[in-house]
Amino acid sequence: MFRTFLFGIVLGLAAAAGALYAIPVVDQHREASIIRVAPNGGNTESFHVNIPMDRIMAGSQDASKAVPAGLVWPATEVLAGVRAEVFKLRNANDMVVGVGVRTAAERSDGNVIDWTLHLPARGSLFIGMEAAPRDGGFRLGEMRSGSREFARLTGVLTERWVEDTSGEEDAPLGRIELRTTYVGNAERHDDAEVVE
Amino acid sequence: MKYAVALVLGVIVGAVCFAVGVLYNPFVGDRGLSPLSVTDAEVITLGYSVVPAESIMYTNNGESLQAPHPARVQQLWEAPIRLTDTRVSLLHDATGKPVGLGVKLSSRSESTHIFSGKALMDSAWYVYLPDRGSLFIHQTENYWPFLQQIAFPAWRSSGNNWRGSWLGDLTAGPGALGTAAAVGSSGEFAGLAMEAVESLSVRAFSTDTGFLSAEGRLLIELPEASPID
Repeated sequence: MFRTFLFGIVLGLAAAAGALYAIPVVDQHREASIIRVAPNGGNTESFHVNIPMDRIMAGSQDASKAVPAGLVWPATEVLAGVRAEVFKLRNANDMVVGVGVRTAAERSDGNVIDWTLHLPARGSLFIGMEAAPRDGGFRLGEMRSGSREFARLTGVLTERWVEDTSGEEDAPLGRIELRTTYVGNAERHDDAEVVE
Repeated sequence: MKYAVALVLGVIVGAVCFAVGVLYNPFVGDRGLSPLSVTDAEVITLGYSVVPAESIMYTNNGESLQAPHPARVQQLWEAPIRLTDTRVSLLHDATGKPVGLGVKLSSRSESTHIFSGKALMDSAWYVYLPDRGSLFIHQTENYWPFLQQIAFPAWRSSGNNWRGSWLGDLTAGPGALGTAAAVGSSGEFAGLAMEAVESLSVRAFSTDTGFLSAEGRLLIELPEASPID
């Protein structure tokens, strides 16, 4: 019987180790990426934010525009002229796939508008936008950095406000459309790999 | 029958021994001193409160340990973001003076591997310092030392809480020395590639409500002059 007990201990150790190794502790839900090949090179992917439904937070020193109710924006002079918004980010199929942060700040050397997009199953993107919108009502930005899936990509992002004209009762006021264009960076080969 | 009972007892004892072995694995230890704490370069120190009620905004899926703040903030309940936390904080410098805004987006990582002491989060910081500019930090964080040294003792205690003084680095990559990657966007940070380390200082933690007294700290190392191509 003691041998059976010892065998059970070994079995328990092996089963626990096997379970911990085989069963994923974290399993992120993935929506299929909807990426299209751009005609002039690179790939494009569209995201959008339905306003006001997808706005998680809007903070600035103008308390009348604060979202959610009860948000207390610090009354420090440091954040004067700073507006931060946090949104749920949707893909082209209108499915929530991530979280986006838009920050706008007034500076003496030029206003700052930045987007940070976080897609949990894929990685994060950081885009610095031009302060002034271009003709056609969109604003252009440059991908400054990315993590994981986006680490080796460069590219641009356009931001555009599209008002809802459907007239439906429960329709959003409009949407912020974000269109990314990714361009992959060629990896440098080692000198030894270069074929003459 | 008695053999079956012995086998079942053995399996239970084996599984418990394995759990204890994983929890107190001597080969998984603290990584020691952060490389940024011994650098000669200029380092920016930014602090923020980890307690949700002391943040400007904190939200998660609403079912996690820590309650969202403010109470009526939208929760991240949709499947692709339900393992994600979002925190907006007022950042202060080493003297406690407010210096800017920080937004942290963090998600549980699929690279988590408890067997080798990796309880990982993939996180991104957006930092805006009005006097200096804006930057983005992305990193992998390892919460295993925190779970091992704070959360587990708190869970074991009769009051479900832990009090003391604990300081540990969270950043575990992607840099070769376990540092985070930081990229500047505007102001004096524009075009700079930097390294950063995030650490956590805990004084009180409860397994019922989360952090009761804790502070996070970001160390950002400025390069001499290394513009991005």
